[in-house]
Amino acid sequence: MNSWHEFLTMGGYAVYVWPAYGTALVVLLANAIWPGRQQHALLKELRRRSLHSEERPT
Amino acid sequence: MFIWFHKLASPPYFYKFAGMLAPWLGWLSLFVIAAGLYGGLWLAPPDYQQGDGFRIIYVHVPSAWMSMLVYMVMAVAAAIGLIWRMKLAHAVSAAAAPLGASFTFIALVTGSLWGKPMWGTYWVWDARLTSELILLFLYVGYMALNHAFEDRRTGDRASAILALVGIVNIPIIHYSVKWWNTLHQGPTVFFGPRAEMPPSMYIPLFIMIIGFMVYFAAFILKRLQVEVLQRERNTAWVRALVAKS
Repeated sequence: MNSWHEFLTMGGYAVYVWPAYGTALVVLLANAIWPGRQQHALLKELRRRSLHSEERPT
Repeated sequence: MFIWFHKLASPPYFYKFAGMLAPWLGWLSLFVIAAGLYGGLWLAPPDYQQGDGFRIIYVHVPSAWMSMLVYMVMAVAAAIGLIWRMKLAHAVSAAAAPLGASFTFIALVTGSLWGKPMWGTYWVWDARLTSELILLFLYVGYMALNHAFEDRRTGDRASAILALVGIVNIPIIHYSVKWWNTLHQGPTVFFGPRAEMPPSMYIPLFIMIIGFMVYFAAFILKRLQVEVLQRERNTAWVRALVAKS
Protein backbone atom coordinates (compact mmCIF):
# COMPACT_ATOMS: atom_id res chain seq x y z
CA MET A 1 0.00 0.00 0.00
CA ASN A 2 1.26 3.42 -0.77
CA SER A 3 -1.41 5.76 0.48
CA TRP A 4 -4.16 5.94 3.02
CA HIS A 5 -6.63 6.48 0.18
CA GLU A 6 -5.54 3.28 -1.55
CA PHE A 7 -5.88 1.47 1.75
CA LEU A 8 -9.48 2.63 2.27
CA THR A 9 -10.63 1.95 -1.29
CA MET A 10 -8.77 -1.39 -1.40
CA GLY A 11 -8.22 -0.89 -5.11
CA GLY A 12 -11.97 -0.74 -5.73
CA TYR A 13 -12.79 -3.81 -3.62
CA ALA A 14 -13.59 -1.87 -0.45
CA VAL A 15 -17.29 -2.90 -0.58
CA TYR A 16 -16.21 -6.54 -0.25
CA VAL A 17 -13.05 -6.38 1.85
CA TRP A 18 -14.29 -4.11 4.65
CA PRO A 19 -17.62 -5.89 5.30
CA ALA A 20 -15.62 -9.13 5.43
CA TYR A 21 -13.29 -7.70 8.10
CA GLY A 22 -16.24 -6.04 9.82
CA THR A 23 -18.02 -9.37 10.19
CA ALA A 24 -14.91 -11.03 11.58
CA LEU A 25 -14.38 -8.16 14.03
CA VAL A 26 -17.96 -8.24 15.32
CA VAL A 27 -18.01 -12.03 15.73
CA LEU A 28 -14.59 -12.20 17.40
CA LEU A 29 -15.42 -9.30 19.74
CA ALA A 30 -18.74 -10.92 20.70
CA ASN A 31 -16.94 -14.16 21.53
CA ALA A 32 -14.39 -12.24 23.57
CA ILE A 33 -16.92 -10.29 25.63
CA TRP A 34 -19.74 -12.81 26.05
CA PRO A 35 -18.03 -15.44 28.28
CA GLY A 36 -16.91 -12.87 30.84
CA ARG A 37 -20.40 -11.47 31.21
CA GLN A 38 -21.90 -14.95 31.39
CA GLN A 39 -19.44 -15.89 34.15
CA HIS A 40 -20.28 -12.72 36.09
CA ALA A 41 -24.02 -13.32 35.77
CA LEU A 42 -23.66 -16.96 36.83
CA LEU A 43 -21.61 -16.09 39.93
CA LYS A 44 -24.16 -13.44 40.89
CA GLU A 45 -26.99 -15.94 40.42
CA LEU A 46 -25.20 -18.54 42.55
CA ARG A 47 -24.52 -15.92 45.23
CA ARG A 48 -28.18 -14.84 45.29
CA ARG A 49 -29.28 -18.47 45.53
CA SER A 50 -26.85 -19.21 48.40
CA LEU A 51 -28.01 -16.11 50.37
CA HIS A 52 -31.61 -17.02 49.70
CA SER A 53 -31.15 -20.57 51.03
CA GLU A 54 -29.37 -19.27 54.15
CA GLU A 55 -32.21 -16.97 55.15
CA ARG A 56 -34.80 -19.76 54.97
CA PRO A 57 -32.93 -22.92 56.05
CA THR A 58 -35.30 -25.70 55.05
CA MET B 1 4.58 -33.88 34.29
CA PHE B 2 1.78 -36.42 34.68
CA ILE B 3 0.95 -35.28 38.20
CA TRP B 4 0.55 -31.75 36.94
CA PHE B 5 -1.72 -32.97 34.18
CA HIS B 6 -3.72 -35.10 36.57
CA LYS B 7 -4.14 -32.15 38.95
CA LEU B 8 -5.28 -30.04 36.00
CA ALA B 9 -8.16 -32.43 35.44
CA SER B 10 -9.67 -31.52 38.79
CA PRO B 11 -12.25 -28.79 38.19
CA PRO B 12 -11.30 -26.36 40.97
CA TYR B 13 -7.61 -26.41 39.97
CA PHE B 14 -8.53 -26.12 36.30
CA TYR B 15 -10.91 -23.20 36.99
CA LYS B 16 -8.13 -21.21 38.67
CA PHE B 17 -5.59 -22.17 35.97
CA ALA B 18 -7.96 -21.10 33.17
CA GLY B 19 -8.69 -17.83 34.92
CA MET B 20 -5.02 -16.98 35.20
CA LEU B 21 -4.01 -17.96 31.68
CA ALA B 22 -6.94 -16.67 29.58
CA PRO B 23 -6.25 -12.90 29.88
CA TRP B 24 -2.58 -13.29 28.87
CA LEU B 25 -3.51 -15.37 25.83
CA GLY B 26 -6.25 -12.88 24.98
CA TRP B 27 -3.87 -9.92 24.85
CA LEU B 28 -1.24 -11.96 23.04
CA SER B 29 -3.77 -12.90 20.34
CA LEU B 30 -4.63 -9.22 19.91
CA PHE B 31 -1.00 -8.32 19.15
CA VAL B 32 -0.41 -11.32 16.87
CA ILE B 33 -3.58 -10.60 14.87
CA ALA B 34 -2.70 -6.89 14.67
CA ALA B 35 0.74 -7.81 13.30
CA GLY B 36 -0.85 -10.19 10.80
CA LEU B 37 -3.32 -7.55 9.65
CA TYR B 38 -0.55 -4.97 9.22
CA GLY B 39 1.39 -7.48 7.12
CA GLY B 40 -1.64 -8.61 5.14
CA LEU B 41 -3.56 -5.38 4.60
CA TRP B 42 -0.70 -2.91 4.27
CA LEU B 43 2.62 -4.56 3.46
CA ALA B 44 1.61 -7.42 1.15
CA PRO B 45 1.56 -6.51 -2.58
CA PRO B 46 -1.79 -6.70 -4.46
CA ASP B 47 -2.48 -9.93 -6.36
CA TYR B 48 -1.78 -9.64 -10.09
CA GLN B 49 -5.26 -10.98 -10.92
CA GLN B 50 -7.46 -10.09 -7.92
CA GLY B 51 -5.74 -6.85 -6.92
CA ASP B 52 -6.44 -5.83 -3.33
CA GLY B 53 -9.57 -8.03 -3.26
CA PHE B 54 -7.39 -11.02 -2.38
CA ARG B 55 -6.73 -9.50 1.08
CA ILE B 56 -9.92 -11.14 2.32
CA ILE B 57 -7.69 -14.27 2.48
CA TYR B 58 -6.18 -13.01 5.78
CA VAL B 59 -9.48 -13.49 7.57
CA HIS B 60 -11.14 -16.13 5.37
CA VAL B 61 -8.41 -18.80 5.47
CA PRO B 62 -7.62 -18.58 9.22
CA SER B 63 -11.31 -18.78 10.17
CA ALA B 64 -11.95 -21.67 7.75
CA TRP B 65 -8.88 -23.46 9.11
CA MET B 66 -10.05 -22.86 12.69
CA SER B 67 -13.59 -24.05 11.90
CA MET B 68 -12.17 -27.49 11.14
CA LEU B 69 -9.52 -27.50 13.88
CA VAL B 70 -12.08 -26.57 16.54
CA TYR B 71 -14.39 -29.35 15.38
CA MET B 72 -11.56 -31.85 15.81
CA VAL B 73 -10.95 -30.55 19.35
CA MET B 74 -14.67 -30.86 20.03
CA ALA B 75 -14.90 -34.40 18.63
CA VAL B 76 -11.83 -35.66 20.52
CA ALA B 77 -13.13 -34.14 23.76
CA ALA B 78 -16.54 -35.71 23.11
CA ALA B 79 -14.93 -39.12 22.61
CA ILE B 80 -12.91 -38.77 25.84
CA GLY B 81 -16.03 -37.66 27.67
CA LEU B 82 -18.02 -40.67 26.44
CA ILE B 83 -15.29 -43.28 26.93
CA TRP B 84 -13.84 -42.17 30.29
CA ARG B 85 -16.95 -40.30 31.50
CA MET B 86 -14.88 -37.19 32.25
CA LYS B 87 -17.19 -34.23 32.91
CA LEU B 88 -14.37 -31.79 32.09
CA ALA B 89 -14.04 -33.32 28.60
CA HIS B 90 -17.72 -32.65 27.87
CA ALA B 91 -17.21 -29.12 29.19
CA VAL B 92 -14.41 -28.67 26.61
CA SER B 93 -16.76 -29.72 23.79
CA ALA B 94 -19.52 -27.43 25.06
CA ALA B 95 -17.05 -24.52 25.32
CA ALA B 96 -15.59 -25.18 21.86
CA ALA B 97 -18.88 -25.40 19.94
CA PRO B 98 -19.86 -21.70 19.92
CA LEU B 99 -16.33 -20.70 18.93
CA GLY B 100 -16.33 -23.28 16.15
CA ALA B 101 -19.70 -22.05 14.93
CA SER B 102 -18.39 -18.47 14.97
CA PHE B 103 -15.30 -19.34 12.93
CA THR B 104 -17.47 -21.28 10.46
CA PHE B 105 -19.84 -18.32 10.15
CA ILE B 106 -16.92 -15.93 9.52
CA ALA B 107 -15.48 -18.32 6.92
CA LEU B 108 -18.83 -18.55 5.09
CA VAL B 109 -19.49 -14.79 5.11
CA THR B 110 -15.96 -13.73 4.14
CA GLY B 111 -15.85 -16.45 1.48
CA SER B 112 -19.15 -15.27 0.09
CA LEU B 113 -17.95 -11.65 0.03
CA TRP B 114 -14.81 -12.82 -1.76
CA GLY B 115 -16.81 -14.91 -4.23
CA LYS B 116 -18.99 -12.06 -5.47
CA PRO B 117 -16.22 -10.00 -7.17
CA MET B 118 -14.20 -13.05 -8.24
CA TRP B 119 -16.87 -15.57 -9.30
CA GLY B 120 -19.76 -13.19 -9.83
CA THR B 121 -21.92 -14.80 -7.12
CA TYR B 122 -22.24 -14.77 -3.33
CA TRP B 123 -23.07 -18.48 -3.19
CA VAL B 124 -22.86 -21.60 -5.31
CA TRP B 125 -23.64 -25.21 -4.26
CA ASP B 126 -19.99 -26.12 -4.58
CA ALA B 127 -18.57 -29.13 -2.70
CA ARG B 128 -16.35 -27.01 -0.44
CA LEU B 129 -19.00 -24.38 0.36
CA THR B 130 -21.78 -26.91 0.93
CA SER B 131 -19.71 -29.08 3.30
CA GLU B 132 -18.67 -25.97 5.25
CA LEU B 133 -22.34 -24.99 5.55
CA ILE B 134 -23.10 -28.51 6.86
CA LEU B 135 -20.32 -27.93 9.41
CA LEU B 136 -22.20 -24.85 10.63
CA PHE B 137 -25.38 -26.92 11.04
CA LEU B 138 -23.40 -29.55 12.97
CA TYR B 139 -22.14 -26.92 15.40
CA VAL B 140 -25.62 -25.45 15.86
CA GLY B 141 -27.06 -28.95 16.22
CA TYR B 142 -24.44 -29.75 18.88
CA MET B 143 -25.31 -26.64 20.88
CA ALA B 144 -29.06 -27.21 20.61
CA LEU B 145 -28.75 -30.86 21.67
CA ASN B 146 -26.39 -30.00 24.51
CA HIS B 147 -28.95 -27.70 26.11
CA ALA B 148 -32.03 -29.73 25.19
CA PHE B 149 -32.12 -31.80 28.37
CA GLU B 150 -32.88 -30.89 31.96
CA ASP B 151 -30.03 -33.13 33.12
CA ARG B 152 -26.75 -31.72 31.79
CA ARG B 153 -25.15 -35.17 31.68
CA THR B 154 -27.73 -36.42 29.19
CA GLY B 155 -27.23 -33.33 27.06
CA ASP B 156 -23.47 -33.84 27.12
CA ARG B 157 -23.74 -37.45 26.04
CA ALA B 158 -26.31 -36.88 23.31
CA SER B 159 -24.37 -33.97 21.77
CA ALA B 160 -21.10 -35.89 22.08
CA ILE B 161 -22.55 -38.63 19.88
CA LEU B 162 -23.61 -36.06 17.29
CA ALA B 163 -20.10 -34.57 17.36
CA LEU B 164 -18.58 -37.99 16.68
CA VAL B 165 -21.00 -38.76 13.86
CA GLY B 166 -20.19 -35.40 12.29
CA ILE B 167 -16.45 -36.10 12.09
CA VAL B 168 -16.91 -37.60 8.65
CA ASN B 169 -17.65 -34.11 7.35
CA ILE B 170 -14.15 -32.80 8.16
CA PRO B 171 -12.17 -34.84 5.57
CA ILE B 172 -14.95 -34.10 3.07
CA ILE B 173 -14.40 -30.36 3.53
CA HIS B 174 -10.64 -30.70 3.44
CA TYR B 175 -10.44 -32.91 0.33
CA SER B 176 -13.54 -31.53 -1.43
CA VAL B 177 -11.36 -29.35 -3.64
CA LYS B 178 -9.37 -32.37 -4.75
CA TRP B 179 -12.14 -34.95 -5.14
CA TRP B 180 -14.65 -32.84 -7.01
CA ASN B 181 -14.14 -30.30 -9.73
CA THR B 182 -14.90 -27.32 -7.47
CA LEU B 183 -15.20 -23.65 -8.25
CA HIS B 184 -13.43 -23.09 -4.92
CA GLN B 185 -9.65 -22.64 -5.00
CA GLY B 186 -7.68 -25.90 -4.93
CA PRO B 187 -5.06 -26.60 -2.26
CA THR B 188 -2.52 -23.74 -2.50
CA VAL B 189 1.16 -24.63 -2.48
CA PHE B 190 3.05 -22.37 -0.07
CA PHE B 191 6.57 -23.80 -0.11
CA GLY B 192 9.13 -25.09 -2.54
CA PRO B 193 9.73 -24.37 -6.20
CA ARG B 194 6.03 -24.32 -7.15
CA ALA B 195 5.08 -21.91 -4.33
CA GLU B 196 2.17 -19.83 -5.60
CA MET B 197 2.47 -17.07 -3.01
CA PRO B 198 5.52 -14.91 -2.30
CA PRO B 199 6.69 -14.76 1.35
CA SER B 200 5.38 -11.19 1.63
CA MET B 201 1.91 -12.70 1.12
CA TYR B 202 2.05 -15.99 3.01
CA ILE B 203 3.97 -14.87 6.09
CA PRO B 204 1.11 -12.57 7.23
CA LEU B 205 -1.25 -15.49 6.54
CA PHE B 206 0.69 -17.76 8.92
CA ILE B 207 0.77 -14.98 11.53
CA MET B 208 -3.01 -14.61 11.25
CA ILE B 209 -3.52 -18.37 11.62
CA ILE B 210 -1.33 -18.38 14.76
CA GLY B 211 -3.21 -15.32 16.03
CA PHE B 212 -6.56 -17.07 15.58
CA MET B 213 -5.23 -20.15 17.39
CA VAL B 214 -4.05 -18.09 20.37
CA TYR B 215 -7.43 -16.31 20.33
CA PHE B 216 -9.18 -19.68 20.39
CA ALA B 217 -7.02 -20.89 23.30
CA ALA B 218 -7.77 -17.73 25.29
CA PHE B 219 -11.51 -17.76 24.86
CA ILE B 220 -12.14 -21.48 25.08
CA LEU B 221 -10.47 -21.28 28.51
CA LYS B 222 -12.78 -18.41 29.40
CA ARG B 223 -15.87 -20.31 28.24
CA LEU B 224 -14.61 -23.40 30.06
CA GLN B 225 -14.79 -21.51 33.35
CA VAL B 226 -18.47 -20.92 32.72
CA GLU B 227 -19.11 -24.52 31.66
CA VAL B 228 -17.28 -25.86 34.72
CA LEU B 229 -19.17 -23.52 37.04
CA GLN B 230 -22.49 -24.63 35.58
CA ARG B 231 -21.64 -28.31 35.90
CA GLU B 232 -20.16 -28.02 39.37
CA ARG B 233 -22.54 -25.46 40.87
CA ASN B 234 -23.68 -27.74 43.66
CA THR B 235 -20.19 -28.69 44.81
CA ALA B 236 -18.40 -27.40 47.89
CA TRP B 237 -15.62 -25.65 45.98
CA VAL B 238 -18.08 -23.62 43.94
CA ARG B 239 -20.00 -22.63 47.05
CA ALA B 240 -16.71 -21.57 48.63
CA LEU B 241 -15.82 -19.64 45.49
CA VAL B 242 -19.20 -17.90 45.44
CA ALA B 243 -18.99 -17.03 49.13
CA LYS B 244 -15.53 -15.60 48.59
CA SER B 245 -16.33 -13.59 45.45
